[in-house]
Amino acid sequence: MKVSAIITLKKDVLDPQGKVIHQALDGMGFENISEVRQGKYFEIDVNENDPNKAKAVVEEMCKKLLANLVIENFKIIETQ
Amino acid sequence: MKSSVITFPGSNCDRDMDVALKKFGFNNKMVWHDDNELPKSDLVVLPGGFSYGDYLRCGSMASKSKIMQSVINFAKSGGLVMGICNGFQILVETGLVPGVLLRNKYLEFICKNVFVKLDNKENTYFKNLNKDILEFHIAHNEGNYFCTKDQLKEIKDNNQIAIYYCNKEGKIEDQYNPNGSIKNIAGIFNKEKNVLGMMPHPERMIDQSLSGEDGSIFFKNLINNIK
Repeated sequence: MKVSAIITLKKDVLDPQGKVIHQALDGMGFENISEVRQGKYFEIDVNENDPNKAKAVVEEMCKKLLANLVIENFKIIETQ
Repeated sequence: MKSSVITFPGSNCDRDMDVALKKFGFNNKMVWHDDNELPKSDLVVLPGGFSYGDYLRCGSMASKSKIMQSVINFAKSGGLVMGICNGFQILVETGLVPGVLLRNKYLEFICKNVFVKLDNKENTYFKNLNKDILEFHIAHNEGNYFCTKDQLKEIKDNNQIAIYYCNKEGKIEDQYNPNGSIKNIAGIFNKEKNVLGMMPHPERMIDQSLSGEDGSIFFKNLINNIK
């Protein structure tokens, strides 16, 4: 079962890369933007048929390695 | 005095640290990341570099490598563990010291000499040091120290801030902050002050003809404090 995890920076954490991307987009003519935040996306193929168990495993991965909970939040999405 | 320097895949300041430790009298051993046990040590150093190519987050992969469980146990039993640059990033990822190191504020790799001011000499690393301001070298892309408000209050209350970026006279101001670190923090301790993480490289300041001698002052004092 494929499970995806999206890692995003918490609201109070400065995201200089997001800022630069915002500026670049602005310079390209995409002026209708209030903010850009950059994050990470993981697609993990777990050898597990029970969606709840598969999600629980990925949640543990996020807590232990994929995300740093001091600065990041994670969201788990079941893809198939 | 026995020291150990851990080499991870991608470490590149491990040999410099070995040279520095030996120069000031440590009997140093290089330890491979895939080993299970630390040799008997009075000091363990996590060196600078780009362990695991900085994949995922700087220091995150190295913090899960085999030898780290032994390093964590050593630190928790009161052993001296010092992380320099990438070693500091590894320490925050293990949770031995609080906070994280984000990308530098202006997205530039910084490589230059800086001045740092000691905040606290009640510890084995800086006790009896006859200077309060030291000139060290920094070379990093992710040295922007960040922690939550609660963590900041806790590290202040426990005197865990080790060094601040400052100018030659010791003034701690925004303009002397090279990377955007919260409160100009360049290095911090754990609560017990036996674990020190810092971005500057003292091992690069041990030779007058190459750089400067403030690293020599630091290492000479450190070995005397451990003896």
